Amino acid sequence: MSRIAARFAALRAAGRGALIPFLEAGDPDAATALALLRGMPAAGADLIEIGCPFSDPMADGPTIQHAGQRALKAGARMSHTLEMVRAFRADDDATPIILMGYLNPILAWGPERFCADAAAAGVDGLIVVDLPPEEGDLLAPFAAASGLDVIRLIAPTTDEHRLPGVLRGSSGFVYYVSITGVTGTRTASADELARAIPRIRRFTDLPVAIGFGVRSPAQAAGAVRAADAAVVASALIDTLAKTLDSEGRPAPDSVARVLEQVTALAQGVRNARVRSGGENGA
Amino acid sequence: MTDPVSAAPRGDASGSGANTLRNGPDARGRFGDYGGRFVAETLMPAVLEVERAYEAAKADPAFQAELDRYLKDYVGRPSPLWFAERLTAHFGGARIYLKREELNHTGAHKINACMGQILLARRMGKTRIIAETGAGQHGVATATVCALFGLPCTVYMGSTDVERQKPNVFRMKLLGAEVKPVTAGTGTLKDAMNEALRDWVANVRDTYYLIGTVAGPHPYPMMVRDFQCVIGDEAKVQMREATGRLPDVAVAAIGGGSNAMGLFHPFLDDSSVKLIGVEAAGRGIETGEHAASLAGGRPGVLHGERTYLLQDDDGQIKDAYSISAGLDYPGIGPEHSWLHDIGRVEYVSTTDREALDAFQLLTRTEGIIPALEPSHALAHVAKIAPAMNKDSTIVVGLSGRGDKDIFSVAKYLGVEL
Repeated sequence: MSRIAARFAALRAAGRGALIPFLEAGDPDAATALALLRGMPAAGADLIEIGCPFSDPMADGPTIQHAGQRALKAGARMSHTLEMVRAFRADDDATPIILMGYLNPILAWGPERFCADAAAAGVDGLIVVDLPPEEGDLLAPFAAASGLDVIRLIAPTTDEHRLPGVLRGSSGFVYYVSITGVTGTRTASADELARAIPRIRRFTDLPVAIGFGVRSPAQAAGAVRAADAAVVASALIDTLAKTLDSEGRPAPDSVARVLEQVTALAQGVRNARVRSGGENGA
Repeated sequence: MTDPVSAAPRGDASGSGANTLRNGPDARGRFGDYGGRFVAETLMPAVLEVERAYEAAKADPAFQAELDRYLKDYVGRPSPLWFAERLTAHFGGARIYLKREELNHTGAHKINACMGQILLARRMGKTRIIAETGAGQHGVATATVCALFGLPCTVYMGSTDVERQKPNVFRMKLLGAEVKPVTAGTGTLKDAMNEALRDWVANVRDTYYLIGTVAGPHPYPMMVRDFQCVIGDEAKVQMREATGRLPDVAVAAIGGGSNAMGLFHPFLDDSSVKLIGVEAAGRGIETGEHAASLAGGRPGVLHGERTYLLQDDDGQIKDAYSISAGLDYPGIGPEHSWLHDIGRVEYVSTTDREALDAFQLLTRTEGIIPALEPSHALAHVAKIAPAMNKDSTIVVGLSGRGDKDIFSVAKYLGVEL
């Protein structure tokens, strides 16, 4: 069983949803990002999403754009991202790691070699924002061969004609982009989620994570009441960014501040009292 | 799914038949390995909706008739073909003809695709238009058609370009458009396109994204090409009228490549016609400061398409540079990438300096101030025309007029305005 499947199975047995915090690789520098990553499981991260810096992040709002720019300015490269995962895996063989990014850096590495190298480093899944199902064959065979899950995005605009096709190539879990918008800009209402998630569940047994616009412990709790996992990205990066000096350097408490927030979010998720399993086969 | 074969543009039918180079893209929006639809899932339904709407419009004679009327009475088509007699004499070789897109309303070829797309947006019931612009020519053309039809218009423009293209910014505002300066990234055309895509994601249900060149996700490269093919279709007829035959060479400058694609496409199956696309070499390809995606880039994915891109070895997109704000884009339309690989079109590049010389030469020999974009094409003509036979002919895509560039040119020449 993959780490992602094992983790969701364990959470289901425990009767609770998952918190998936996000960090941008190399933001604001490689050492700080690695310290954040290493601290996240103890702070309550169930799975971790790592953003891969890209010069042109079309689906991201200002917060994650700036994170990527800080990382690139500090010299971040894809090889460093994989090294970071490898370093993390030396101490943690259970927490699933998902890389999220854009296609071009993967193409530059070579899709086949990238999947093999990412899997060898300890990556469990990939989310490639600008790779819709129509172009999925560029990556899917190599990901499958390396045992990597390809986590597909589903948007409010994905209608029921499209859903089955989008879900067909998805594994690990599915990622519901809860707003029509870029990251960190708006938040979906509980009503919107209550309509959207059952619609997805009609077509899949995979766990559903909600992302884009989940910021507070209360919103994370709302997300795992409606679905199986909450992804929190921009809110954590905002916290990190506020601790940086004018040159973008971290403060002594930068990592601790972000991890405190992860702890609070995890508390929200754990107190959400999710349904008692079974119902959706989820 | 639509039939890709029906995607062949209107106009001269000589390209029909089994061995045509004119029936791309395929059903996935690919020209060979290039093109496609690399957008976020939120946009995928919108991109498919544009494709369906465009296929339906293309098959509707009423749509074409309406477009033709606007092109004739509003844009001022057909644009003339001008025999540049003094320029020809200056080089002493091939006869040089200028396809005068700079005489269109708003002063460039951009309006051709804007008119087609605004009619499509209206047909789709979209109530808001967004666009990206580099030099501001596409922004002005988009603001113009939005004023004509009373649609709200937001134009994204890199903050660097806002600074160096002030007259066009003011023009867009006069036309009622909102101009949003983009400070993200490096504040140039690619960043403006990123921001327009972000706007589209957030407002996808009521908004039409009016792309200015033969780039972006399918169907944009095909659709913008089809709307721009009016350039080559007219030039073909006009060259036959003027000389009794097809030109020996057609030359056009390339940023994203819409003017070149519009001129070249109707000639793709006429193997006697040599087609030459001219990229911007900026300060020289060897300096790294250029905008020549084919000469100095390699294939990758950006802005919805797979194509040649300026990028580093880690897949990060590099900034393009050219004196011409309309050419400094780090990519190129995917159909050009394909035509490059199969060798049907020859792609070359000319520098800032060569373009400036050509700019001044055309101004003084023909009394036509060209934009800096087609000045790059003229700079290549300067290299090939003298050695060509006096009976041979070259048609040049004069894609825009140079009024917008006089400040840049003055600065380069050390003149204080």
